[in-house]
Amino acid sequence: MRQAVGPVLAVVAAILVIWYFAAVWMNAAWTQQQAARAGTTVTFSEIVTDTMQQARPRLPAPHQVAVELWNTVVMKKVTSKRSLVYHGWITLSATLLGFGIGTGLGILLAVGIVHSRAMDMSVMPWAIASQTIPILAIAPMIIVVLNSIGISGLLPKAIISAYLSFFPVVVGMVAGLRSPETAQFDLLKTYNASRAQVFWRLRLPSSLPYLFTSLKIGIAASLVGAIVGELPTGAVAGLGARLLAGSYYGQTVQIWSALIGAAVLAGLMVGLVGVLQRVTLKRMGLSR
Amino acid sequence: MSWVAGAFGFWGLAWWINLRIAASRQANTPAARLAVPVIFGVTLLVLWEGLVRGLNVPGVILPPPSAIAARIAVSGPILWADFMQTFVKGALSGYVIGCSAAFLTALAVDRFDFLRRGLLPVGSFIAALPIIGTAPILVMWFGFDWHSKAAVVVVMVFFPMLINTVEGLRSADSMSRDLMRTYAATPGQSLRKLRLPAAMPFVFNGLKIATTLSLIGAIVAEFFGSPTVGMGFRISTSVGQLALDMVWAEITVAAVAGSLFYGSIALIERAVTFWHPSQRAAN
Repeated sequence: MRQAVGPVLAVVAAILVIWYFAAVWMNAAWTQQQAARAGTTVTFSEIVTDTMQQARPRLPAPHQVAVELWNTVVMKKVTSKRSLVYHGWITLSATLLGFGIGTGLGILLAVGIVHSRAMDMSVMPWAIASQTIPILAIAPMIIVVLNSIGISGLLPKAIISAYLSFFPVVVGMVAGLRSPETAQFDLLKTYNASRAQVFWRLRLPSSLPYLFTSLKIGIAASLVGAIVGELPTGAVAGLGARLLAGSYYGQTVQIWSALIGAAVLAGLMVGLVGVLQRVTLKRMGLSR
Repeated sequence: MSWVAGAFGFWGLAWWINLRIAASRQANTPAARLAVPVIFGVTLLVLWEGLVRGLNVPGVILPPPSAIAARIAVSGPILWADFMQTFVKGALSGYVIGCSAAFLTALAVDRFDFLRRGLLPVGSFIAALPIIGTAPILVMWFGFDWHSKAAVVVVMVFFPMLINTVEGLRSADSMSRDLMRTYAATPGQSLRKLRLPAAMPFVFNGLKIATTLSLIGAIVAEFFGSPTVGMGFRISTSVGQLALDMVWAEITVAAVAGSLFYGSIALIERAVTFWHPSQRAAN
């Protein structure tokens, strides 16, 4: 882990340098256009300084995004509609609610699949096939339909999030509940253990590594679901709404800051699941 | 009410048949493995149809499967045009560009240990991010037509593919690598004869993940602006017109296209990695 710090920092620095160069390159056309319209010529150093501070650049420079982030995260009150924290919280609450629902239902279905042969044979192929389907495409319909029967706000977005996190959890959990070896099942059989005892003492504990891997995929998918779920409601609130509003009005700095906000949110949530995974598996003696 | 009763009756009957098949001695035959999920799928459709008709659910909330099938039958040309625009032009070209770019980058990254140690954590972090959010930016840069959709797809498939390929290139075990050394194989030979073939299961894992991502990227990018053709465009405008049978028709097309795309990659995988234990077990 320690030896990765240097290379990672180098790569991040390289990305920032490329970003700055790209910002100069992509924004220069606008600067030259303005200068030509004003009838003046601009030197190269003037172009560079101008490309760093345009109001609506094609590609905002990293420090512009950082300033926007600072202004919308720290300087604004969290209840303000211009605060990124406010929008982030709206997206986060839908994500977490959906993730909870999806994970709960996914685990229940996985338990059913493991214990019923008929259920396994009928549901499992569909659960696997459904992962090849662009489920996100039905997001706008779910939002509009639920809206038309009077359900709006948090729940429709949460349903999309739940749907996206549901299938990874089912597939991972089924694999996990089946992961104990035959010898272990045989041992419990010689103890005359009931099915419930086999489940609580053997299947559930050995499924946890699989569950956490699925949870990481699921929570990232939930966030994507919540963001896309915010698009069709016409950009009211949330990170997805910030993206859409930014693209309507050409506010590129706002788009990038919403994007960074979403990235930080995703990183934090995946990281949190990772910490939970490490702590839990360590306490159970399962970590390697 | 007879529709509802009939639907639940069918459900009970189908469930009973499936229980019988699963408990029977032929449960492991290919025919049974095919029949049980098919019966289950048909049951879902019958339940859907029966409940929608029996409870008089309006078509603007949930159209019955028969109405969706009828819509697919009459609007073939529109669906085909949308499919060409979104899948062939947007998703497929982006998929090819993104996956080959990631593959070549992985080959370069693999040569330099420093790059590998730096790019891999950053790459796996980026792969977990909601990259779909770059769609409005890329639509702004590349215009409304399929080029911007292909660009979104490139960005979305790049990192999962990169990580999988880099992992795969490391996967050849040390015994085999030592063997190549004793043969005095050049790095190029070792790459071609040992490490690339050994990487193939990982590469195909990346390719399979990327199939779904590419279709999602192409469809969602159209929500941010598109010409008046395309699956994402049709879905968002039809939702606005409450023409839900059209939305479901597009979703059916997307589902079929996604499954076929995934299936064809899986078929190629079976031909290329025939030596891998997971493939041998299936035969």
